[in-house]
Amino acid sequence: MEIVTMTTRILKFNIYRYDPDVDRKPYMQDIEVEVDATDRKLLDALVKLKAKDDSIAFRRSCREGVCGSDGMNINGTNGLACLADLNTFPDGKTIVLRPLPGLPVIRDLIVDMTQFFKQYHSIKPYLINNDPLPERERLQSPEEREELNGLYECILCACCSTACPTFWWNPDKFVGPAGLLAAYRFIADTRDQATNERLDNLEDPYRLFRCHTIMNCVEVCPKGLNPTKAIGKIKDMMVRRII
Amino acid sequence: MKVTVRKFDAVIVGAGGAGLRAAIQLSEAGLKTAVLSKVFPTRSHTVAAQGGVAASLGNSEEDHWHWHMYDTVKGSDWLGDQDAIEFMCKKANEVVIELEHYGMPFDRLDNGRIYQRPFGGHMSNFGEKPVRRSCAAADRTGHAMLHAMYQRNVKANTQFFVEWLALDLIRNAEGDVLGVTAMEMETGDLYAFHAKATIFATGGAGRIYYSSTNAFINTGDGAGMAARAGMPLEDMEFWQFHPTGVAGAGVLITEGVRGEGGILRNSQGERFMERYAPNAKDLASRDVVSRAMVTEINEGRGCGPNQDFVLLDITHLPPETIMKRLPGIHEIAWQFAGVDALREPIPVVPTCHYQMGGIPTNFKGQVVVPGKQSSNEVVPGFFAAGECACASVHGANRLGTNSLLDLLVFGKSAGESAVEELQQLPKSHKDLPADAFEQTLARLNRLDTQKDGASVHETQLAMQRSMQKHAGVFRFADLLKQGVQKILEVQKDVERTEIKDKSKVFNTARVEALELDNLIEVAVATMVSAEARKESRGAHVRDDAPDTPECPDGRDDANWLKHSLWFKAENRLDYKSVTLRPLTVDTIALKKRAY
Repeated sequence: MEIVTMTTRILKFNIYRYDPDVDRKPYMQDIEVEVDATDRKLLDALVKLKAKDDSIAFRRSCREGVCGSDGMNINGTNGLACLADLNTFPDGKTIVLRPLPGLPVIRDLIVDMTQFFKQYHSIKPYLINNDPLPERERLQSPEEREELNGLYECILCACCSTACPTFWWNPDKFVGPAGLLAAYRFIADTRDQATNERLDNLEDPYRLFRCHTIMNCVEVCPKGLNPTKAIGKIKDMMVRRII
Repeated sequence: MKVTVRKFDAVIVGAGGAGLRAAIQLSEAGLKTAVLSKVFPTRSHTVAAQGGVAASLGNSEEDHWHWHMYDTVKGSDWLGDQDAIEFMCKKANEVVIELEHYGMPFDRLDNGRIYQRPFGGHMSNFGEKPVRRSCAAADRTGHAMLHAMYQRNVKANTQFFVEWLALDLIRNAEGDVLGVTAMEMETGDLYAFHAKATIFATGGAGRIYYSSTNAFINTGDGAGMAARAGMPLEDMEFWQFHPTGVAGAGVLITEGVRGEGGILRNSQGERFMERYAPNAKDLASRDVVSRAMVTEINEGRGCGPNQDFVLLDITHLPPETIMKRLPGIHEIAWQFAGVDALREPIPVVPTCHYQMGGIPTNFKGQVVVPGKQSSNEVVPGFFAAGECACASVHGANRLGTNSLLDLLVFGKSAGESAVEELQQLPKSHKDLPADAFEQTLARLNRLDTQKDGASVHETQLAMQRSMQKHAGVFRFADLLKQGVQKILEVQKDVERTEIKDKSKVFNTARVEALELDNLIEVAVATMVSAEARKESRGAHVRDDAPDTPECPDGRDDANWLKHSLWFKAENRLDYKSVTLRPLTVDTIALKKRAY
């Protein structure tokens, strides 16, 4: 189904460019593209830009905010290109795009997410339950299941962790908001038996306690999740465990 | 160009649902396994599945795998293989319970069991009335499932090669599959994965159409590689148009919306599905609902200034139900249609969604091709599962929630078959032939040296527009004929695509050009197979199919109850019979399909 429309407009971009195969150092490139009314999101405009200059590199996949590929820094704030509405950008004003901050840049808007996933993996992001497997499903009440809402929906886009100053300073030591949200997702799951082990794993001056509740993570999460709240709950459990 | 060879017991291409499920099987069996994915596993398109996974758990009301089997055969318009369908429906409970054990956050009933909702075409007692069979995690079932399986693989220490693009299959003179060539995207370096077992789980190719619910990455890589390696693609004329893509944007709105009580309305506010499917109404099979919608639009009862969509209405549902069961839909409607679904209906149109056909396999996940002895000879060392494969369980039309079930059941069985085959094989690998990398090197060299070539972007658009116009929801003999010519012309441009960017580092222009090589194989297969099938069946409905007592609604069982097999070489078509005999129960007898 094509919607035919006459209204087009020019969008101005200022984009971070760096291709280590060609460029000696990164630079910011000014480039314009014409979009029409069928182009609703920033990603639509980027796809048009790429048709014009195929060397602009960025990740994308689902284009509906669920795969977490196209996280980038948009006018100074982390977000997903596929959810950033073009109508929210003021007419005529240049849109500044940079890679997610704090991670090494591979090329243009593509960052190396190794450190981010390393932290995610470090919290043992899988259910631990050593009981013999029941024949049917493990039972869980709707109320117990509800505890996982706001936790399991994370799409691992890294918008939160790369907006966190503590993660910038200590990406190797501080788990970061995404990893800690995942940690609490398993702690909160009534089917998981490793709460003590999970708390031990975070008991260190950096891994959890370097969170200073700056709350950048909450502000940028494209799924509206609240890692700070989850971190607070883990901290509470740590304290209660000592008492 | 240098090609570095790495040896593994098994290589899995693709880390969506089917690939991750197969990987669990191989990793837990202790085999040295490489899982290649062109995106980080949780970016795979399984993540976008919404409504649920089918299993006759019977948590809310009586249900039986045999009823599920009946619905699936009927949904397939009898083109599905009944042995594979029985196998899948019987295995459903086991694989869904396994997922729960992996930690998948299913919604729950008051008694603590997995929540189930009704879905299109799923009925109790052999087609009597809708049954609650879809096991759901809100409307984020695919996301919850994909993450749970990735997490299980982290636990099993699966070795992933993330952002590696598989390029071509490696076969020897005997036709055995020996692995794949692949490019590490970050460096542009080439590798060969030399393996005793190769499992394709590369997903569908919904991006051959202009308007698609599919992700950018759904480019039919496995189908393209198999076709180039001389293997047939089965039943490629059958594409599912999902009734409810957001008008204009194409983003999926789950059938679960109708499962929870949503209603489709035309410009007169009429619940038009009552006329097309008096019994199942809005929960009829997807092909039936999509055709009804297009008919309403064609007859002038579409909505909006151009009368080119219909409305999906949930405003009569309690807001609590919407926010609890359909929170993602509420978000999507707002993001992509600018609509508050609590108060206003959502504009929707049928949108390309799922590839029913694919690489032919049996129910064990082994790839099968016509040979001297039978039309289903096993290709040694080669397996396929999920949307890229054709087992065939979906036949001419897939039921909602059967895709997530398909990838679990056949991902697992492909993994099990590979483990079994590996245990019987000698310790050493079969030798790579001298020309193992030739095709890959030729393709890359052609692309890098192309002058005055065609734009990848424009060529892809030309392909997508041709498919949309010539092989859509309704098909017309003359348009199909023209479509074949058009798509063959586009194919010539694909053979001379040019990229300006020659960088080695994360060259996404190169990736897109290589993906287009795969897409075009699927597009040509689709158009050629569709033009040739002179009947209406499931999702393939054409204007010149005879509607007679022998051919109810244009379905011609006497001549066309058979699978299409398309071969790239000379665009040749072959056919093979449908397996009507199930594994243990009686054949579900042919009859006219009505909902």
